[in-house]
Amino acid sequence: MTSSAISPNVTSRLSEIVGAANVASDFTQLATYEIDRKLPAAAVRPGSGEEVAEIVEFAASEKLALVPTGARTKLGIGYAPSRYDLALDTTRLNKVIAYDPGDLTLSVEAGVPLAKLAQVLAEHRQFLPLPVPFVNRTTIGGLIAAGVDSPLRQFYGTARDFLLGMEYVTGEGVAAKSGVRVVKNVTGYDIHKLMIGALGTLGVITRVNFKTFPMPLATRGCIARFATAENALDMRHRIAQSALTPLTMEIVSPGVAELFGSDAATRYERAPMPANVISNNEWALTTGYAGNELVLDRYAKDLQSMAKESGTTGVTILAEKLPPAWARKREFIPIALASSPATTIVKMSVLPMRMKEALGAAQRAAESNNLRWAAMARGLGIIYFAILPSDHTEEYRQQVANATSEMQQGCAKLAGHATIPWAPAEWKNTLQIWGPARPDAAQMQKIKSVFDPQNILSPDRFALHL
Amino acid sequence: MLYEYDGSVEVARPNCVVFPRTTADVLAIVKLANQYQTPLVGRGAGTGLSGGALARKGGILAVFSRMNRILEIDIENQRATVQPGVVNADLSAAVANAGLHFAPDPSSQKACTIGGNVSENSGGPHTLAYGVTTNHVLSLEAVLPTGELIRIGSSALDSPGYDLLGLFVGSEGTLALITEITVKLTRLPEAVKTLLAIFDTLDDTTETVVDITARGITPAACEMLDGWTLRAVEAYVHAGFPLDCAAVLLLEVDGVAEAVQQHAEEVADICRAHHAREVRVARDARERDLLWKGRKNAFGAVGRLSPTYYVQDGVIPRTKLPATLRRINEIGVKYGFQIGNIFHAGDGNLHPLILFDARDEAQFRGVVAAADEIIQFCIEMGGSITGEHGVGMEKDRLMPLLFSEADLDVMRNVRAAFNPQGLLNPDKIFPSKKGCGEIHVRPLPLAGAPSA
Repeated sequence: MTSSAISPNVTSRLSEIVGAANVASDFTQLATYEIDRKLPAAAVRPGSGEEVAEIVEFAASEKLALVPTGARTKLGIGYAPSRYDLALDTTRLNKVIAYDPGDLTLSVEAGVPLAKLAQVLAEHRQFLPLPVPFVNRTTIGGLIAAGVDSPLRQFYGTARDFLLGMEYVTGEGVAAKSGVRVVKNVTGYDIHKLMIGALGTLGVITRVNFKTFPMPLATRGCIARFATAENALDMRHRIAQSALTPLTMEIVSPGVAELFGSDAATRYERAPMPANVISNNEWALTTGYAGNELVLDRYAKDLQSMAKESGTTGVTILAEKLPPAWARKREFIPIALASSPATTIVKMSVLPMRMKEALGAAQRAAESNNLRWAAMARGLGIIYFAILPSDHTEEYRQQVANATSEMQQGCAKLAGHATIPWAPAEWKNTLQIWGPARPDAAQMQKIKSVFDPQNILSPDRFALHL
Repeated sequence: MLYEYDGSVEVARPNCVVFPRTTADVLAIVKLANQYQTPLVGRGAGTGLSGGALARKGGILAVFSRMNRILEIDIENQRATVQPGVVNADLSAAVANAGLHFAPDPSSQKACTIGGNVSENSGGPHTLAYGVTTNHVLSLEAVLPTGELIRIGSSALDSPGYDLLGLFVGSEGTLALITEITVKLTRLPEAVKTLLAIFDTLDDTTETVVDITARGITPAACEMLDGWTLRAVEAYVHAGFPLDCAAVLLLEVDGVAEAVQQHAEEVADICRAHHAREVRVARDARERDLLWKGRKNAFGAVGRLSPTYYVQDGVIPRTKLPATLRRINEIGVKYGFQIGNIFHAGDGNLHPLILFDARDEAQFRGVVAAADEIIQFCIEMGGSITGEHGVGMEKDRLMPLLFSEADLDVMRNVRAAFNPQGLLNPDKIFPSKKGCGEIHVRPLPLAGAPSA
């Protein structure tokens, strides 16, 4: 464990800004802000966007590196910050500023937990289609900065598709905004899109405006089991070419059933996994859909017949037993992380018709390196491939490095790309976390220089060989 | 002469007009612009409505109409790669047989180019349900004004790194000249129902929109035409619109057949609950096309009645629609202008058309004052100055109404990072630090250009 040291003047200045009660510098408190074995010298919890700006301005003048944090569920994504003086904890920015159910728009502070917001929206039968990993803990700002996707992207897209505007603080302590809070707008540059998935390297998100959505009517699920990935993908392609527009669609690999039945899974969902809906040695294609009774019947009928045409070994339609199954699917990454001491998750992205080859290449890479694995792929071409070594040993590290490198090469051959969002801290420097060098890295460096010229915001967490 | 104009009331003359055919041509043009330190502006079909594609400071105008090849269509993966000059409707036509389309559908889609759509982040009637251009673009090849050829995004989703694509789409030609675009193709719905709801008062019409939105129904399109505009349109298009009503809503629902039937009934019920005089359902594709023809040619129809019109693009929260339309009418009376309203009601994206005679200096000053008052009201309602037409050279002076100097400075710094000398599309979007912009107006040469 390493930690940075700062002068007492720094904590006293921070206390002036946010009050002494909101500055932490003792080890026990700081331990909760750990990122890959690194601790900050202080953690500061601002209560407003103005305080955030003051803190960052001060940090910039002192050249202190800071990392914005929310619920701290996704700080493992990316490299450890190369310097980590301050944790800027956004959880006191927890107000819903404006919610107009009639307009289906929302403005919230960055530290609002998604779960709390969901309750507010549910009173008006609305929701944000962002059931991301760690959904019960994550904050709005955190999930935006982490750039994670959710099963509902199949129908609703990702946050970038319904984010309307944002307030943020640049690495020079400038409080600024982009976008507005109406559902259509082309006024100025969409700076807010740059902040998505930037891991806090471009700015500290302080406030976010969203479009909200009406909750779907009754939701059902269909799980079709198959002997091979090819069969499951065949059903995926049939659905894509049909008139159906399911809300979710995933391909589930063998081995996932074991993860979903494990103790690790019950940490994220207490209700048991319904029996016999997925099998540990088969593939499955899952679809979620919603609508009136006629629509539900139509989906069930069409999906069952498509499953049959694709060679299914069995189909289950889920109604009241859907939530525990879907919760596990949503939490695939956290469950996988909890299932092995050295879980490494490769995110592969290819065109939908190349998923079969990508999954095949990944499976071969894992198995030829004697690694246990399980995969969950979104129907749009995103594959989360979890490698589950049973230990942290050097031997495993080498095998994981080999396997992930083969997967990244395999994806590149398919005109796709692969990153490694989650890996053990001590292995990261030997893995290509962000994939091979990108041709647009120089353009990204220009952006970084505009927003954070001194490189004090989450330095080097996000490295694209800049 | 032609290239001094676009669909807006602005005018600006380039020193020369070039028509690149290849990316190499574009690179050579950029090199020349750098060599002679002359402004350079990209242009598609010139249907823009904010002067984005006009050479405000003169210089070279690069018109992409000859870079109009569809380079690749990948039906199975629902992708297409096109040159920027491909006409929006041509792409949809090319993939229609496979049951696909390019979803953004500006009203000018028979003329406007996909490069222009990308630059402006164009919308259209069906973007209510399907999203605007930025939701459908996956990758761009572009030439920076510094002469670098770049490729951002990728056909596969979630390209690693900062979302440069999200920044470049809608940057109104101020960051790069786009040379190649990869877009998503969207499956055409199985069933569509188009409804025309006819109202005797404006308030009933707008209250219907508020109610549809609040109930969580998202039609594929929800367009409003007021009575005055309808009569202009009917005289031109003969779509069968009623001539004696206050306003109509043109509503469309689509999806799987079982859902469409129910949604159409729900929408019709809401219209009737708000005293719709009549709710017509298009019986077939021909009737449906006729209704849409009326909507999409509305600006042209109005152009037959007035030597000049000024169209605005303000956006308001949808609950504020009734109050806003009342205010627009008051402003029209106050300044003595006829104002027609035809717009994307479901998004709260207004298009008030202010009719005036540009040859009359007093009228011109009046129209600008009236337009500003409308925009001011939109902002007071919590809205925006432009929903889809762009800021361009028309609304740059209005930007400070929405954004602080700090907000604008960050955006200016982003522009400077890619366009350091300001050669590319100068004096657009952002107000100059001192003084005010000025609208250079001219009478419309022909019936008004189609618009979104």
